[in-house]
Amino acid sequence: MKLKRTAEKVIESGLALSGLITLLTTLGIIWVLVTESIGFFSEVSIVDFLFDTQWTPLFTQKHYGILPLLSGTFLTTSIAILVAVPLGVIIAVYLSEYAPYKFRITVKPLLELLAAVPTVVYGFFALTVVTPFLQSFIPGVSTFNALSAGLVMGIMIIPMISSLSEDALQALPKSLREASFGMGATRFQTAFKVAVPAASSGIIVSVILAIARAIGETMVVAMAAGQQPQLTLDPREGVETITAYIVQVSLGDVPHGSLAYKTIFAAGITLFAFTFLLNNISYWLKKKYQEKYE
Amino acid sequence: MSKLKTNRLIDSAFKYVGIACTLFGLAMLGIFIGDILIKGLMRIDWDFITSLPSRKASKAGILTAWTGTAWILGLTSIIAIPLGISAGIYLEEYGKKSRLASLIEVNIANLAGIPSIIYGLLGLEIFVRVLNFGGSLIAGALTLSLLILPIIIVGTREAIKAVPTSLREASYGLGATKWQTIWHQVLPAASGGILTGIILALSRAIGETAPLIVIGALAYVPFVAHSPFDEFTVLPMQIFNWVSRPQHEFLVNGAAAIIILLLITFVMNGIALYLRNKWQKKIKW
Repeated sequence: MKLKRTAEKVIESGLALSGLITLLTTLGIIWVLVTESIGFFSEVSIVDFLFDTQWTPLFTQKHYGILPLLSGTFLTTSIAILVAVPLGVIIAVYLSEYAPYKFRITVKPLLELLAAVPTVVYGFFALTVVTPFLQSFIPGVSTFNALSAGLVMGIMIIPMISSLSEDALQALPKSLREASFGMGATRFQTAFKVAVPAASSGIIVSVILAIARAIGETMVVAMAAGQQPQLTLDPREGVETITAYIVQVSLGDVPHGSLAYKTIFAAGITLFAFTFLLNNISYWLKKKYQEKYE
Repeated sequence: MSKLKTNRLIDSAFKYVGIACTLFGLAMLGIFIGDILIKGLMRIDWDFITSLPSRKASKAGILTAWTGTAWILGLTSIIAIPLGISAGIYLEEYGKKSRLASLIEVNIANLAGIPSIIYGLLGLEIFVRVLNFGGSLIAGALTLSLLILPIIIVGTREAIKAVPTSLREASYGLGATKWQTIWHQVLPAASGGILTGIILALSRAIGETAPLIVIGALAYVPFVAHSPFDEFTVLPMQIFNWVSRPQHEFLVNGAAAIIILLLITFVMNGIALYLRNKWQKKIKW
């Protein structure tokens, strides 16, 4: 009996240890990013990092201003969100409030396949199909451009928004809709004046998670948006995002410990800060509004 | 026109807007697969699958890439599955109210949202440099394991949550200990759901490119890996490398390799979907 009890304790500790690995992962990420960034900021002033308008760590004339990478990330993410939010929310409302049950359960997994496709495949698609297509009717689109990468990234994150928003709409109690229909409202009025506002926290969470995903997306932008860090908001031009820069350096021959090597960690910690903030906002929103109708 | 009529008109108009948007999403998936099939299907033959990479596009094959993907799949499974299931069991069955458990829970939500390339930076410092594994299979598998751990944990928890309390109570009533109950009752009952999560997580792992680029996996590896400490390449890396080249022939190779990668991904997702449906039907306690 005593042996059994000890065994139970040992097992519990073992299981808890596995859980601790996830904590160690987070601590590891923070430790790695912070220590390497400290090395970076001991050589580059933080003022230059934040306000210099050029990012050229790999050239002879070196500048370490993160702004061009931020503007590149901002540009591709904005385009993606402009595509994904309207489409994703309309699809969610349609599937939840209008579509027949059979249609919904068939289409949802198919749309989710869009999210299962490896991102390198989306990069291929952006580079070989979407860019030539855009070039055929928009003058001045470069081979590598923010527009194509952003559009494809937008398609890629549609299912994130549509699925999570649809779940939020489905979680609403039936009585809400019945009350609205009872007052003589149409499906459209019920959907947009009752259901969407009631599920708004879930929908907002899905949008925030989609933004975080777009900011951190790497392969599509590395393959289709280019590697020219420049401060521009012209979507026809090539830009470089934070993630694409990390890929560029990783593919090259940068010696370990050099300042150029440390730049990817400075870029990484910037990326981490943005996604960490967005994740926490979404987690907080989810916790706060989760059980409103239960 | 009366207000009622306008409202009815808007109502049915939105129906068509909704259908159009949904079909647009599906059409994109269709165009996408169609385009890749047209570009790459003719390139796939036995030689393509069994040849080593080459500087000549017509001779190059994906042998090192798919064997690398198979290695990664195997190693990542060995590392991530036991850890993920254990952590899931702990959070759901043991640590319900403890502070540690709630800290881990917030943390997992956060980890799931960290971009994969950041995991690459972690792997580069810890596995490649500190543990000195270099750009080897084991460094890649460890990095990807950390990346998919949150997915497996969340999947395990959901599956365990769906097992009714009555099952546990019956087991305790017969004198079983907590672990005996978990091992003999809860886990078998939750196995379908756990498996679904695992397959989805592994399908994510084999499609990843960015973290492997960061840890220094090579695009050109002229030999098949024989041990976990060998250098490697995987299908997504090979695709990225081919697509980055200017020659059209390599683009065709890329499309052909994409077909193989998509085939693997879709089959895995199909199995996961099938299991989920079967499991959801079965679980009417």
